[in-house]
Amino acid sequence: MADFSLWVIVSNLLLAARWTIALSLIAFVCGGVVGLLLLFARISGVRLLERFVFLYVEFFQGTPLLMQMFMLFFGVALFGVEISPWMAASLALTLWTSAFLTEIWRGCVKSVPLGQWDAADSLGFNFVDLMRYVILPQALRISVPPTVGFLVQVVKGTALASIIGFVELTRAGTMINNATFRPFLVYTIVGLIYFALCFPLSLLAKSLERRLNAAR
Amino acid sequence: MPLVSIVDVRKSFGSNEVLKGVSLPVERGDVVAIVGRSGSGKSTLLRCINGLESHDSGTITVDGLEVGGAATDMRVLRRQVGMIFQQFNLFPHLTALGNVMLAPRIVLKMGEREARDIALDMLAKVGLADKRDNYPSQLSGGQQQRVAIARALAMRPMALLCDEITSALDPELINEVLRVVETLASEGMTLMLVTHEMRFARDVGTKLVFMHQGRVHEEGPPKALFAAPQTLELQQFIGASRA
Amino acid sequence: MIYKLQFADLLPYWDVLVRGLAFTILLTLASTLSGVAVGTLGASARTFGPQWLSRLVGAYVELIRNTPFLVQLFFVYFGLPAAGLKLTETQAAFIAMTINLGAYSTEIIRAGIEATPKGVIEAGVSLAMTRLQVLRHVVLKPAFEKVWPALASQIIIVMLGSSVVSQISAEDLTYAANFIQSRNFRAFESYFVVALAYLMLAILARAILRALGSRLFPKA
Repeated sequence: MADFSLWVIVSNLLLAARWTIALSLIAFVCGGVVGLLLLFARISGVRLLERFVFLYVEFFQGTPLLMQMFMLFFGVALFGVEISPWMAASLALTLWTSAFLTEIWRGCVKSVPLGQWDAADSLGFNFVDLMRYVILPQALRISVPPTVGFLVQVVKGTALASIIGFVELTRAGTMINNATFRPFLVYTIVGLIYFALCFPLSLLAKSLERRLNAAR
Repeated sequence: MPLVSIVDVRKSFGSNEVLKGVSLPVERGDVVAIVGRSGSGKSTLLRCINGLESHDSGTITVDGLEVGGAATDMRVLRRQVGMIFQQFNLFPHLTALGNVMLAPRIVLKMGEREARDIALDMLAKVGLADKRDNYPSQLSGGQQQRVAIARALAMRPMALLCDEITSALDPELINEVLRVVETLASEGMTLMLVTHEMRFARDVGTKLVFMHQGRVHEEGPPKALFAAPQTLELQQFIGASRA
Repeated sequence: MIYKLQFADLLPYWDVLVRGLAFTILLTLASTLSGVAVGTLGASARTFGPQWLSRLVGAYVELIRNTPFLVQLFFVYFGLPAAGLKLTETQAAFIAMTINLGAYSTEIIRAGIEATPKGVIEAGVSLAMTRLQVLRHVVLKPAFEKVWPALASQIIIVMLGSSVVSQISAEDLTYAANFIQSRNFRAFESYFVVALAYLMLAILARAILRALGSRLFPKA
């Protein structure tokens, strides 16, 4: 036990935190892409698509992220395909992130005044042009603060990957704790590292929001 | 001894001196109309009397209690002085009756029945007995302001401070509020009103105070002052408000 | 090869599921009450309290909101006993959830308090109310009304997040799924059914909270 100096604990946790960051980035980027596609489907005007995205969002927002990970981890295996915890976590976090981002962004799109849609319609814009030249540029501005804010949720969400066995920050904390029996110290450091990752993002989201409100 | 006595009161917001030595005695039963341009310090003076703003120097006493004095419990003082605001400031989550009952219940520790009886009396007095179950959002501005008056009256104050109480109202709703105030004046309530209603100030007031640049510029009986203002500033002010 | 889903294999374990469901509901209920109470106190201290207290509450809120609930749970369950405070799984789960919801609801309720018009507070002060009376009778109820939807969403998020208490062996709904799949080896089916149960709970909770909101804040 004396072998584990504070520095050893901290450095191992910091190394593991790289995986937390990697997982967060994958989930955020992939979730963003999927979320954007879902957003288009949600506002496409095609009833079937809209209905599908509605249910998709309802499911991923209405069930625990942990259940989603378990289902992916064990569900894919049913098809005889081995899936690593890393893959399962990335996939589950991507789907979960996409559902939330779709919903956040839909709120932003909806806040573009109706008159804008009508004006573009009367100019004969098709859906793609309407989105590209009229709606998205306006929605994009207001979507930045809540999107950055949600990134904090993604980083925290990656902690659940530890439960299906992926070694990231939380899992590393548990392993080190099992070796050192110093839970108070270990989980304090783990918490502080998460805080160091998330707090700047929270501050950024808040200041972006303030700037946006000031500009309006 | 005057009910409200204001002696050499000064008040600054930062480097901006709003009250530059104001003195004013108010006797029981006085109806003091305070007029003047915006920024002349009228509202600040009123808000100093019940301690919503604290004055920097000078003394204000209400019925012998010194405002902000070390020995004064401001809540005892505030029970004696009701305040009515430009924006009504009713409690949005309570009905008209609930608004009027709240302070008697929790401040005067009255029982439910007693507070309710008093509140209903007061609502009847301002002509709103039938609106007792309405929420503020369901009342017109004039009705809201009358509820606010009833709310202040339910505390049985010795004096009422009225801070531009008709300024936020549509013109056709002003009179219903002024009529209530006039009734109170005729019953002997001590009133201090910051107002832009010149005719009301002249007809109902027992004393007119013209404030200018943080000082009492001219004061006296309203009718005499309106007929023959002594200073150029009051002449201009009266002239502008007639136009 | 195509796998056949076998939901029937769950049937013998229905009592385990029901017990897990009851645990999750009770845990959520209890920590909602205590968490919102903490949030109300926290928001009051943040807005009406002395500066040092306001800062302290602010630090608590940021610390909780910027760390994962799972780590908070581990800290309470594993860390606190090391510091001399021994807790059962259920106690640890309840405390962690209270602390977590307390932080979020502090921030939510604070937004409601800060939306109170200054004049309404002045009206209360002018009626000779104490600061505490103004807060309680004049400020808080409209504040709650304003933030009720946000508060309801957060309660549901905390309920769904509570699935990780199974990691300290608190016997909730997720624990039930873990238990069942370890016996019948129907992992996907178990988690799928339990996920649906959570979904039903979330939908139900939303409906109940909405009904409660219109009951607490009647608007004709």
